[in-house]
Amino acid sequence: MKTKDIVYIALFAALMAVLGLFPPFALPLTGVPITAQSLAPMLAGAILGARRGALSVVLFLVLVALGLPLLAGGRGGFGVFLGPTGGFMIGWAVSAFVIGYLIEKFWDRLNAVNTAAIIAFGGIVVLYGLGNAWVAVAVDISYWKATVGSAPFLVGDALKVFVATGAALAVRRAYPLVSPA
Amino acid sequence: MNLASGLYQDCASRIHRLPAGLKVLALVVLGTAVFLIPNWQILLGILAAVIALYGVARFSPQILWAQIRPLVWLLVVFFAVQLWLNDWQAGLVVVTRLAIVVLFAALVTLTTRVSVMLAALERAMQPLRFVGINPEKVGLAFSLVLRFIPVIATIFHDVREAQKARGLDRNMLALSVPLIIRTLKMADDVADAIEARSYDPVGRK
Repeated sequence: MKTKDIVYIALFAALMAVLGLFPPFALPLTGVPITAQSLAPMLAGAILGARRGALSVVLFLVLVALGLPLLAGGRGGFGVFLGPTGGFMIGWAVSAFVIGYLIEKFWDRLNAVNTAAIIAFGGIVVLYGLGNAWVAVAVDISYWKATVGSAPFLVGDALKVFVATGAALAVRRAYPLVSPA
Repeated sequence: MNLASGLYQDCASRIHRLPAGLKVLALVVLGTAVFLIPNWQILLGILAAVIALYGVARFSPQILWAQIRPLVWLLVVFFAVQLWLNDWQAGLVVVTRLAIVVLFAALVTLTTRVSVMLAALERAMQPLRFVGINPEKVGLAFSLVLRFIPVIATIFHDVREAQKARGLDRNMLALSVPLIIRTLKMADDVADAIEARSYDPVGRK
């Protein structure tokens, strides 16, 4: 791994922290809070690729675990991983990897449709698959009930898929970093 | 928010002086144990012990409450769900379990400086050298993140001001693309600067 890769990983971890700094806004009607922070794993995977993307999310998570208040809302420490939403945070790293892997695979054929599909798969299907399983175990409810409970957040994440797709394609044109697999 | 000190609360107690590695190990053991204990009486006993530890660490009840407050509504909901699906004992088990791990984890975070935790982590990573992970590189990455959070926050502020002038400050795409591209450009310069100062990315061992 070259120095430049380490710097990309570190700067994207810092970017993820900065995205947590600006206040969450609530969705109209439901009042479910949306933070820009969970946009970062999608961006990291789609822009840096599988390995660097996942590592930048892991780096961010380790800093949170060490006690830095970097999560949206100024939270941090070990507790957040052991709490009911811990699975979503581990899921961020996995989803960055899955998105990065698929982006590398399809790099030469990327368009708005398949990029959105890749990001939606990694950022919603994989992420919620893991996150809901964690909720189900931590709170001792069925997997199905956990899925229903997390449904309101899907609106925000669907929105983020669009933003991440637009950003990934714009950055791919302006500043391509992935070497096609 | 003070980044350098993190969530650390200085009270100079016996718990503050324990080695970081030991506290983390205790957290892992406790976190595993509470998921194996199905008995609510024992769990309530452990919860009382954890709360007592806040006293040993000389933290005020306000600090204790601040740790659990963000979770209170969630705990109420979980208790209600268990009450509806099973009975109140099951609800008590679930809620006490979560309260124990969250409070104990917060205690570890509150009593250990980030720098001490980082040093412990770098030591703990030394054996990983054999599977191809270089602890010095990881250390470099850590320091870079801490250094660049304020820098990127400034870039974000600049981008938002610029887009506000165009009426685009609510447009996530117009905010994120310039932010990302500026960050990546900066990454190139930073990497060049590191190598110009003879940083050896391969490691000297």
